[in-house]
This record gives sequence, C-alpha cells and structure tokens, in this order.
Amino acid sequence: MRNLLDTISLSSDEAVTILDVAEDMAGTQRREVKKLPTLRGKTVVNLFFEDSTRTRISFEAAAKRLSADVINFSAKGSSVSKGESLQDTAQTLQAMGADAVVIRHGASGAPRTLATSGWITAGVVNAGDGTHEHPTQALLDAFTIRKRRFGDDSRGRTLEGIRVAIVGDILHSRVARSNLWLLTTLGAEVTLVGPPTLIPQDVSAWPARIVYDLDEAIAAGPDALMMLRIQSERMNAAYFPNEREYARSWGLDAARLASLPADSIVMHPGPMNRGLEISAEAADSPRATVLEQVANGVSVRMAVLYLLLAGERGEEGEIR
Amino acid sequence: MSDHTFLIRGARLEGGESADLVLEDGAIVDVGTGLGLAGATVIDADGLIALPGLVDLHTHLREPGYEASETVLTGSRAAAAGGYTAIFAMPNTSPVADTAGVVEQELALGEAAGYATVQPIGAVTVGQRGERLAELGAMAASRARVRVFSDDGFCVHDPLIMRRALEYVKSFDGVVAQHAQDPRLTPGAQMNEGAVSAELGLAGWPAVAEESIIARDVLLAEHVGSRLHVCHLSTAGSVEIVRWAKQRGIDVTAEVTPHHLLLTEELVRGYDPRFKVNPPLRREEDVLAVRQGLADGTIDIVATDHAPHPAEAKASEWAAAANGMVGLESALRVVHAAMVETGLLDWTDVARVMSRTPARIGRLPGHGARLEAGAPAELTLYDPAAGGVFGTGDLHGRSGNSPYLGRELPGRVVWTFHAGRPTVADGVLAEPEAVSA
Repeated sequence: MRNLLDTISLSSDEAVTILDVAEDMAGTQRREVKKLPTLRGKTVVNLFFEDSTRTRISFEAAAKRLSADVINFSAKGSSVSKGESLQDTAQTLQAMGADAVVIRHGASGAPRTLATSGWITAGVVNAGDGTHEHPTQALLDAFTIRKRRFGDDSRGRTLEGIRVAIVGDILHSRVARSNLWLLTTLGAEVTLVGPPTLIPQDVSAWPARIVYDLDEAIAAGPDALMMLRIQSERMNAAYFPNEREYARSWGLDAARLASLPADSIVMHPGPMNRGLEISAEAADSPRATVLEQVANGVSVRMAVLYLLLAGERGEEGEIR
Repeated sequence: MSDHTFLIRGARLEGGESADLVLEDGAIVDVGTGLGLAGATVIDADGLIALPGLVDLHTHLREPGYEASETVLTGSRAAAAGGYTAIFAMPNTSPVADTAGVVEQELALGEAAGYATVQPIGAVTVGQRGERLAELGAMAASRARVRVFSDDGFCVHDPLIMRRALEYVKSFDGVVAQHAQDPRLTPGAQMNEGAVSAELGLAGWPAVAEESIIARDVLLAEHVGSRLHVCHLSTAGSVEIVRWAKQRGIDVTAEVTPHHLLLTEELVRGYDPRFKVNPPLRREEDVLAVRQGLADGTIDIVATDHAPHPAEAKASEWAAAANGMVGLESALRVVHAAMVETGLLDWTDVARVMSRTPARIGRLPGHGARLEAGAPAELTLYDPAAGGVFGTGDLHGRSGNSPYLGRELPGRVVWTFHAGRPTVADGVLAEPEAVSA
C-alpha cells in the first residue's frame, strides 16, 4: 500500500485485508508485552494542522507499539495563517527522513496534494481532511461492526447485508463519507439520516438511502446506528434552529434507544455531545461501542502503518 | 518601402476566400488577388486563416500592485502570442482602478509596451467594495475613455448600487460588466455545487448564485433602459435567462470563457489547484449549454478571464489556492477545439465572438473591423492545420497557471499584427524593443 488517502478507492479485498491484519494486531494487544519490533528504525510523522488529540494519540500508540519512531508535528491553524506552506512543511519532513506522514488537515484534499505533489517520498495516511474523508475512522468502525457481529470468526468476512444508519451532519462529515464508501464496498446497506440542510444538495450518486426522520430510520431496525458529532457553530449558519430542536428531532434519546432491535449497536466517533446528538442512556448502554471503537482504532492504525511501511509498496491502494 | 510594409499572400479571410492583403503605415491598404508590391515583406499565408485581431474584454494584468503575477508588458505579450491585438484590463489592481489617474496609468503602460491596445476597465464602486460609486464620469472623460465598468472578482450585489450604476453610465454610453455571484449563497465556496462537491467534501458554489443575480440584473437593465454585460457566464440556467432577456428586448450581452467551453468539474477530483477558478468549472450539461448559447448568439462573445498567479499561489492544498487560470495564449485554440471542430461555429463566427462583438460592446475604435482596404492593420494569421500538446513554451506571460498544460490543442497563431507591425512573426513573439512605442 503506497498511501491511504480515502476509502472510495479501496476494493472489498483490500479493505478485508486491512481489517484482517488489524485482527492480528488486536491479538498482539492482548499480550502482556504489547510492543512489536516490526517497524524499528522507521519514522512516522504525525502532521496535524488541526487539533485532534484523540486521533493523534491513537496513531502515536499504533506507531509506538510497532516500534517506529514518532515525531509529532503540530502545525495548528492553517498553513497560510502560520506563514508556512504545506509544501515547505512537507519538504522539511522529507529532509528529516520521514517514512510515513500521517496528516490531519482542515482542507479537503490536502493529503492527496501532499501525496501527489512530488514534495515527499514518504507514504501518506489521511487522518481526516476537511469535510472529505477520514479513512482510518471508517476502517475502525467497520472493524467494530464486524467484531460485534462475528466475534472471533471475523477474519475474511465482509459486511454483506448488514444495515447501518448514519445520523447527523452528513454535509460536513468526513466520517460519514468514508463510512459510506467503505461500508457499501463491504456489502453493507447504508441509510443517511439528518435534517435536509445537513445532507449535500446532490447525493444522487451516493449508494445510500436518505431519510430525514430518525424514527423512520430506527423503525427499519438497523444493525448499527452511528451518531455523528454535531458542531454547535452550524446553528449560526442556519442549518437548524437550535440545539433543543436538533436533539428532539435527531438526538438518540432513551425512548429511541429502547425502540432499537435488541442486538443493534450504537456507535459514535467521539467526542460526544451528551444530551445533544446522544443521550447519556445511549452513550453508557451496553449497546454503545464507543470505547471499543477507540481500542480498535489503535489496531486498525497499526495495520495501516504496517501495510504501508512493512508490506511491499505497490501502486496506490494496492496491497501485496 | 519601409519595413512596416507587408504583403500577405493567399490568406483565407475569416476562413473563406483566399486573398492577398497589403499592410502599410498601420492600415490595410489593399485586399485582392494577385497583388504585388516591390520592397514589401512577403508572407506566404497559404493555408492560414486571417482573422481581425482578437479583442479580449476580460483580462487581468495585475499591474499596478501584483507585478509578481503579471505586468502590463508581460500580459500583453501573452495576448499577442494568442492572436490578440486589444485587451480590456480589469480594475482589481492595487490600487484599484477606480480613478482617472489609475486608468490613465494603465493606458500609458499599455502604450509603452506596444504589444496590444490596453483598454482599462474602471471599477464600479470605490475600492470594489460595493458601497458607493467610483468616479465613473471622470474615468469616462479621462484619456483612457473608459466605457466598461466592472467590480470583477466581486459582484455588485447591492441591488440599489447596481441600479444606480446601470443608470449612471448611460450618459457616456457605458456598460456595467457584472461578476454575477450572490455572496450570501457562496460563503467559502470551492467548486461547483453538485454530485462531485458532495463526494469531494468541498463547499459548493451553486448555479443559482449566478443565475439569481443575472435574473435580477436583466430586470434592472430593462427597468432603467441600460446596457448590461454579464461576465463569464457558466451555467445552463444562465443561458436560459439571457435568452429570455434578449427575447424580451433587454439590452444585455454575455461572455463565456474558453475554460467553461471545454473543461468540466470532473477535473477537480485530483484537487489540482490549476483547475480552481471562479466561477468554477461546471457540469458537462453546462458546458454543452454554453456552447449552444454561444452558437445561437445568446452568448455574444468569448472572453478569457486571463488570471495569472505566481506558482506559490497554486502550490498548495485546494482551499488555500487562488482562483484563476491564464488563458490569453490558449483561447483561440480552445475555441477552435470546443466550437469549430464540433461544427458549432465557423471562422466568421469566431471573428465575431472574439473580435468584432467584444470591440463593439467595449466601444473600442480601431479594432474588430472587417479585413478590407482602409481598416486598421489589426489582424492575426492562424494555422488551423497545426496543433500539438500545449506546454509551458506556449506561455508568454509571467505565470504558468494554465489548465491546458499537457493537453492536445489544435491550431497555432503564426502571425499577429498590431498597428501594422508584427507582434508575432512566423510563430515567434517579437522582442519588446521591436514593438515598444
């Protein structure tokens, strides 16, 4: 795997391979000594142009458990306001000998620009770009769904026939996009739920059912209900009237939680707004996979770094 | 005979009949067959198409203020290389061309460069801020005799200011060239809003933000009986609105850029900022509609929106990159590919949409005339049979932000004559000292 920029270009086989390697990695994390020597001598740079402590420490833990050296480069704020361009930053990292760059950037497409510009030779992992994609989040979500469904029998399996509803701010969500592409590639059926203002204007090309009514989506009995974080600044741009109305219409409250099928799971990429998109009852219920998602995130990111740095490097998106 | 006498042998006038042309002292003095003239420089134009020198109603020259991107000299060299003999310079310089002083400076820089007539466009509002009218009358009465006014880059979005501007310029036969973009519908916009923006996660620039302003403006122009020009029209819906307005008898003209005739939003998928432009590249349906609009006369002209930017303004992530593309050097070849090769326009039409009509809209004398005895010697000789991959060697301005690099384009500008002198001679751009006044 040369880079991991998105999930839209992953094939089902490629995705299953990543998930299966993540299973192997998860197995090693149950040992007393979690650290593997696999990436000794390799340097992974976490290049974060946006604050995201959770994602950064997850990648950091993944790299360290594979014995890679980790450099955290926090370029908070935009490259423009900082006065240093993405190009200069990238070339600085290249000069320091980075083998992989994990990039979080506020601009959609920035990881692709980094990977295709010729500024660096390191592999690029997209850790979330603007409102475009967040591929490792989708991979850890798929891993979590598969694990809950198939347990120790997960290896080699797709998500054929599994029904997932993603609820909230679809328009601005890289998590929703990456999950849509990955889950449908793996055979799942995806329903997107949210106010019409927070659904992109033209989703005719998306392999998803669009529903504005959360109760309708819940009545359909999804296997997984994924609640997205709602940003309060969206209110100022008139996407919805206020938090109360949002929570009433699209929040997962106790009553909606109770009407879900018994084996449905509740997911959230974190950090949660308790009382807004998700109630405390839902967040703390046994159905909630929030903490499993965090743990699985380390395994999935170990798998991605492993395939990027230890596997043979083929064409983009290709795993040999 | 001076070295400014030329005998052009066997050029196809606007793609039609072959004829010889004699250029002398800045004018076409004779057109016919079998012409001879002792001492004249003879140009074998067999197979070449003679067009009146192209006129661009929409060029950004960046000087004064942004000379790292372009200067009047470098921009007019790019123009000559593309077959242009006159360019209208947009006012978004620093300082903004909103006073007689700045437009006269622009005019003088153009005259000194000598590659083309540089006709300044004046800002509609002070500083292009959309708040109060600039000194339109002073600019009109200045030596630059400004007739086109535009806040291009910004929309004159306040309907009352737009109405007043339309009314005010009537006294000197001016026209307001509107950059139609409702700013309240395009906050942070990065590309055309639609299926592709949804996938790429880029904030959308909806067609309605252009169409609603055009609809409002044609109604205002009708109400006050003024002349309106629509810059870089880019959507199928905009074509429909202008078509409706013309049927109603409203005095509106419209332009389309070469890139909106050829390129679609699909090119944004790689996040390569060379394809970032405002208004953005649209859907294929829109490209086909603007071609049809240009073919049926709904859209009057092609204008380049030549927008040079230094390399660093494009060597970045998409959102941070500047909007705009250079277009002067490639415009005729792109129109050839998009309109002539598709059978939508013939070369007489090309002369109309790239020379005659833009000169008329801009009220620019001495350009866009038919190639006949007595006309000014403003013309270009184009080889339609040539062609090749467009490369950096085809660019002659200061900036390289062309979306066509690496793309096969037909045709080649072989000669350009401005004021009777070659600015391009046998495919070679003249040196500055050879053309400077």
